[in-house]
Amino acid sequence: MQEITYLAPTSLGDVYEALADGKKSVLLAGGTDIIIQLREGRSDAEQVIDLKHIPELTQFAFNSAGDLEIGAAVPFAEIYENAEVIERFPALIDCATLVGGVQIQSRAGFGGNLCNASPAADTSPALIALSAILRIGSANTVRELAVEEFFLSPGQNALEKGEVLLQVVIPNAGTNSGAYFHRFIPRNEMDIAVANVGVSLSLNNAGDLIEDARVAIGAVAPTPLLVSAAAEALIGKEPNAETFSAAGDAAAAAAKPITDMRGSAAQRVHLSRVLTVRALERALERSKGN
Amino acid sequence: MTTVEKPNYKVIGTRPIRPDGVEKVTGKALYGADIDLPGLVYGKVLRSPHSHARIVSIDTAEAEALPGVLAVMTHADLPIAIAGESDDAAANVLANEKALYRGHAIAAIAATNLHDAEAALAKIKVDYEVLAPVLEVRDAMSDGSPILDESRRTKTLAGSSEKPTNIASHNKLEGGDIVAAFADADMTVEREFVTRMVHQGYIEPHNGTANWNADGTLTVWTSTQGAFAVRSQLASLLRTSVSKIRVIPMEIGGGFGGKIGVYLEPLAAVLSRRIGRPVKLTMERAAVFEATGPTSGGWIKAKLGTKDGKITAAEVTMAYEAGAFPGSPVMAGAMCMLSPYEVENFSIDAYDVVVNKPKVAAYRAPGAPAAAFAIEQLVDELASQGAVDPLKFRRENSAREGSKQVTGVTVPRIGHEETLDAALASEHYNAPIEGPNRGRGVASGFWFNAGMQSSVIASVNPDGTINLIEGSTDIGGSRASLAMQLAETLGITYDEVRPIVVDTDSIGHNDVTGGSRTTHASGEAVYKAGLDIQQQMITRAASLWACDESDINYVDGAIVHVSDDDKNLTFAEMASKQMETGGPMQGKGTVMSRTPGAAFGVHIVDVEVDPDTGKIDILRYSVAEDVGTAIHPSYVEGQLQGGAVQGIGWALNEEYYYGEDGRMENSSFLDYRMPTALDVPMIETILVEVPNPGHPYGVRGVGECPIVPPLAAIANAVHDATGHRFTELPMSPRRVLEELHDIR
Amino acid sequence: MAGRRTQVQTKLNGEETDFLCEPRQSLLEVLRDELGLTGTKEGCNNGNCGACSVLVNGRVANACCVLGVEAEGADITTIEGIADGDKLHPLQQAFLEEAALQCGICTPGFIVSSKALLDSEPEPDEERVRFWLAGNLCRCTGYDKIVRAVLKVSNTSDNG
Repeated sequence: MQEITYLAPTSLGDVYEALADGKKSVLLAGGTDIIIQLREGRSDAEQVIDLKHIPELTQFAFNSAGDLEIGAAVPFAEIYENAEVIERFPALIDCATLVGGVQIQSRAGFGGNLCNASPAADTSPALIALSAILRIGSANTVRELAVEEFFLSPGQNALEKGEVLLQVVIPNAGTNSGAYFHRFIPRNEMDIAVANVGVSLSLNNAGDLIEDARVAIGAVAPTPLLVSAAAEALIGKEPNAETFSAAGDAAAAAAKPITDMRGSAAQRVHLSRVLTVRALERALERSKGN
Repeated sequence: MTTVEKPNYKVIGTRPIRPDGVEKVTGKALYGADIDLPGLVYGKVLRSPHSHARIVSIDTAEAEALPGVLAVMTHADLPIAIAGESDDAAANVLANEKALYRGHAIAAIAATNLHDAEAALAKIKVDYEVLAPVLEVRDAMSDGSPILDESRRTKTLAGSSEKPTNIASHNKLEGGDIVAAFADADMTVEREFVTRMVHQGYIEPHNGTANWNADGTLTVWTSTQGAFAVRSQLASLLRTSVSKIRVIPMEIGGGFGGKIGVYLEPLAAVLSRRIGRPVKLTMERAAVFEATGPTSGGWIKAKLGTKDGKITAAEVTMAYEAGAFPGSPVMAGAMCMLSPYEVENFSIDAYDVVVNKPKVAAYRAPGAPAAAFAIEQLVDELASQGAVDPLKFRRENSAREGSKQVTGVTVPRIGHEETLDAALASEHYNAPIEGPNRGRGVASGFWFNAGMQSSVIASVNPDGTINLIEGSTDIGGSRASLAMQLAETLGITYDEVRPIVVDTDSIGHNDVTGGSRTTHASGEAVYKAGLDIQQQMITRAASLWACDESDINYVDGAIVHVSDDDKNLTFAEMASKQMETGGPMQGKGTVMSRTPGAAFGVHIVDVEVDPDTGKIDILRYSVAEDVGTAIHPSYVEGQLQGGAVQGIGWALNEEYYYGEDGRMENSSFLDYRMPTALDVPMIETILVEVPNPGHPYGVRGVGECPIVPPLAAIANAVHDATGHRFTELPMSPRRVLEELHDIR
Repeated sequence: MAGRRTQVQTKLNGEETDFLCEPRQSLLEVLRDELGLTGTKEGCNNGNCGACSVLVNGRVANACCVLGVEAEGADITTIEGIADGDKLHPLQQAFLEEAALQCGICTPGFIVSSKALLDSEPEPDEERVRFWLAGNLCRCTGYDKIVRAVLKVSNTSDNG
């Protein structure tokens, strides 16, 4: 690894100052991507700024509106051990328990996973389906951004120079709603997704009409995609196999995958459909429990 | 289950805790990368980014000038090159004129700090003339293929070919009359099969530390399957006598055949000589994949014919990739593939072909798994066409004692039939398999097992314990099995034998821990050492008791007079009398074993195939194998389970995925997908014991056979589940979707 | 030449300790090369095999994915800290009895990871054990005896 300096600031102000000091810096949360990138020469950063000593970034809580606010440096393990999160946002648990194995999950978290901006990230489709909002801070301001707008291209996120992802906010889900995330991998754990899908459904009280829906697909395009055509195929329809199949077709049509060592383009298009249909079925079950 | 009256062993067959166990579960055991020495410096290797290139020039001046860098070396610095005698082995250690695969070592650096060594690599300037690579055997065999070595000619029994070629050798095994036999056959099946390069996947990367001493001797610390094999390779590369090289085998974190060839040790030695300090090198995981010795992928065209339910004819053409230098295990594959059966008429053409990939090394039953992938599927097809149960079909055709193999060798007492019977009777095979998309498959497998050389010394301590000095590195519990065999021989307890694995200065020659030979051959040596001690004790007792040796027996750990009950001594009592009866007692055992006893295995696997994703799940897996005599059943079971799971990985997901430029794109544990704990069920083991008459305790090697059947067993199960036969590996979800649904 | 080194204060295997390291050195490098604690192994150096598993503030992590400087103020446990003097942890004893190791290189990582599991969930079932241990690769055993060893400890009340 090249020589680096390491800073462990205890306030956000110190972070912004460090980001402005002229050195090529990276922000360190869990480190499970950054440290490997530094070691393997895929990052030429000279300074590492550790975010884990900043209280706002290492805490998570439900606010008074019932939204879940997760600091950018909170590890997955803390999320999936929390009984309230398990109950209210099981789709977050779906993805938090899948990223890389328990050793990774002890350190890695939503913030870093999003900022890494891999097209195959396991957090993105779930967060998109849940309509997550990102709070992004800089020395002068805090702005909000819908999570689906955070990804510009593979490895490229929407943070400007001097900005820090502060929190991921998941808005309170309504009643009769359910969300689900899953992915396809060749083994049973430890793989990067060949394709992944996050969906959310909101139904009427009778449970026979979809009032709102979001379908997000990942690993099948340069960025994770919110597939509005899939939502259109769902909203106002009965939650049945035919409806879900149409949504699956829309997801497959939106996919623009490549062929690489993890899968072929044709396989990924096919999986977009299969995973979307299966995810919708699970989300439906969850909405009934709600 | 055992087939003969099993002796009432006292120690053999029990499950004691291994002698090196506590240090391994507490992290105290020292593996090669754990060594630390005063003045130690660190080495790193520069590797070719190109899969095929002429090396025009190497300029190390800038790298050498960096602070902290102590020495830089290239091929020209190897003593064998200085002597003008460079060979393939030397050219693999450091490229000579051509880089023949991506990852091929080009130069090595030693520096005081590991990170500085790494930074210095970037300062070595190499001028490459990039050439087109060839990456597949059939391409490499065809006219117009890029040629790796213009001087290479095909070696055959009839002599050498004339033109430059990538076909290093062509051998043929034939017997009987296949033309007549196929003409007479009432059923034939013929298919082509393709397998891909895979890696042994040991979790410990390669390492090598060397100190060139001031007196001209060399000390080497390394994780190796064979300290003496390292010693002789170094002697050749360094142009020095074996007596001047001391190889200290550290604990080894897996080998499976891949840690017999040297990669880093010669570099450490030359750098150390230059610097006058010990040099340590370890390999990065990507380099382990790209630049050590995976096993061959290849192409097999095979045809079998039967008459009245008996396999009467076999015709095979097979080509395996050797990697950059000759030496694929194609012949071993050829010799094993028909061994479970009696086949009178056969013709096997075997081609060893070089391609721009790392030079292959042995991987657990080298050559046999891919060959079984072909033959065992054809056997399945024949069984199915004849409406015969696949195990019963194999039973009908099984080789047995006296059967002749394709090599012309007649097999001694073997246990394929008994193993098939055990599989037929197993709970697994008799359990129904229910549900859609589920299927069951079986396959047989064979491995010769090696005998070869071992030496041990058993030093008798005055307190009745023994230090067993042996030279077989312990990969999977052999310290325990050797101690157990010595304890059994002498009628003492397991805890009274302390086995120690020593370096090449401290014991006689031992061949590698590999070839499934250690429990067998080193066990035989241990047995001889035990008999030697018995005899010495009898001689000393005769002197003590003033009687003839013929009046004395060694029985149950005691030296007893045949008629005088008062004249008896326990082993410990005699041990305490060493000084007064003639001095120190040591038992010696050396062996060149020629009777290893072959292993046969039969595997049963249940799978479920997700038709929408192409994913294959292993629901249940059983391994039945003839193990001769299970010295330590837990470690025997462990070999069966480990080999089966490697086979599962090979069948389902493992492969070297190459881009057109010859770069292995998946050279990490993330994308070279070995099974995790979540990918496999418990592996049921059925130990069949047909003792090997060529070993005092009936031992057969067990470690390699278990990787032979899984590829075919799983393919047969998938066929049962889907109706589709996969003749290409791996059966990854992508391939399953391609072949089942034409999604490509 | 080694770069500028930082002094790090940490609790290691129950003892307050400090060490010097460069920021670019991983915790794995520090443990092995600076502190002589070679029980934690390098298998891949990029977070995919679990051979370098250690406990950081009670959670199992890959030491290759942690910088040495991040150990400041943390509570680190390595394989060397699992046994209590010469009294083996029940997991270590179970691994020996069940022959859950062959070459042993992955064993420290498995024991640390299994301990983390049993500390938080005393009675996992087979599926849970396999899921938890999916981040630890073993090439020798096929996992069967490892899973049995962990289940053996989990089914008793003595989880030490």
